[in-house]
Amino acid sequence: MKSKFIPLILILIFLITFVIFFKGLKNSSIYTPDTNLKKEVPSFELKSFENDSIVISEKIFNDNDYYFINIWASWCIPCKEEHEFLMKLKKDDRIELIGFNYKDNLKNASSFLKDLGNPYDIIVSDKDGTASIEWGAYGVPESFLVYQNKIIKRFIGPINNKDLLEIQKIIR
Amino acid sequence: MKFIHIFLIVATILNFNFLKADEIKTENKIAKNLRCLICQGQSVYDSDSEFAISLKLVIKNKIQEGLNEEQIYSFLKMKYGEWILYDPVFNRNTYFLWLLPILIFLAGGAIIIKKFYNKK
Repeated sequence: MKSKFIPLILILIFLITFVIFFKGLKNSSIYTPDTNLKKEVPSFELKSFENDSIVISEKIFNDNDYYFINIWASWCIPCKEEHEFLMKLKKDDRIELIGFNYKDNLKNASSFLKDLGNPYDIIVSDKDGTASIEWGAYGVPESFLVYQNKIIKRFIGPINNKDLLEIQKIIR
Repeated sequence: MKFIHIFLIVATILNFNFLKADEIKTENKIAKNLRCLICQGQSVYDSDSEFAISLKLVIKNKIQEGLNEEQIYSFLKMKYGEWILYDPVFNRNTYFLWLLPILIFLAGGAIIIKKFYNKK
């Protein structure tokens, strides 16, 4: 009785371990953050990009408008890629674009906007990147769609035509 | 009188240094317990990515604002999810992870005790 019981348990343990590891093998080891989140907009007080005035978040966000927060920098190559889509989004007057200039140098950032156009209604400068952390951002470029003081969608990496259509569908 | 004055000033400065050292210690401890989300496999403490540099600054600011370690962890968990913490939280998904070693330990102990008494 005893000699039959032990091999059976061993086989069972082996099988359970095998199933767990086999399932784990198929899990993606690359972390993909959740993009559909309903999080409150973090409040911020940041220096304006154009002048030394302070921009306060509570004064920007109205309840009934859509806002597109875009974290960008002149040194970031993918930001150039997404710029044409931001310019297209700018044409839509149902949405306001707010730029977070991330760890950038004022001169480079200004010439970046001069060359490619300025899609933003408001630009604030996030010199040390701490404000972006408050938003839960990973890096540049990254964007958040805000409605009624909630982040309703986030875009990690440069936005493309598909994202643009999706945004237009949401704000319709 | 003058001596006391100087003594007090030196004592205050030294005290500040202790406070600062404590702050840096907790700062580093927290940074070591966080996973850098850009360069996975490295802690925020080890990483030099833009993300990690900013995050270290945020930790420093939060400590200066008077938040304790737990509060900083829960703040970051809220922003980035549980994945940012190296120490997995005890919940439905991690029961197995936390309890299995204890179960194995108990089972092993039981086997040893049983063998020991059988011999007797």
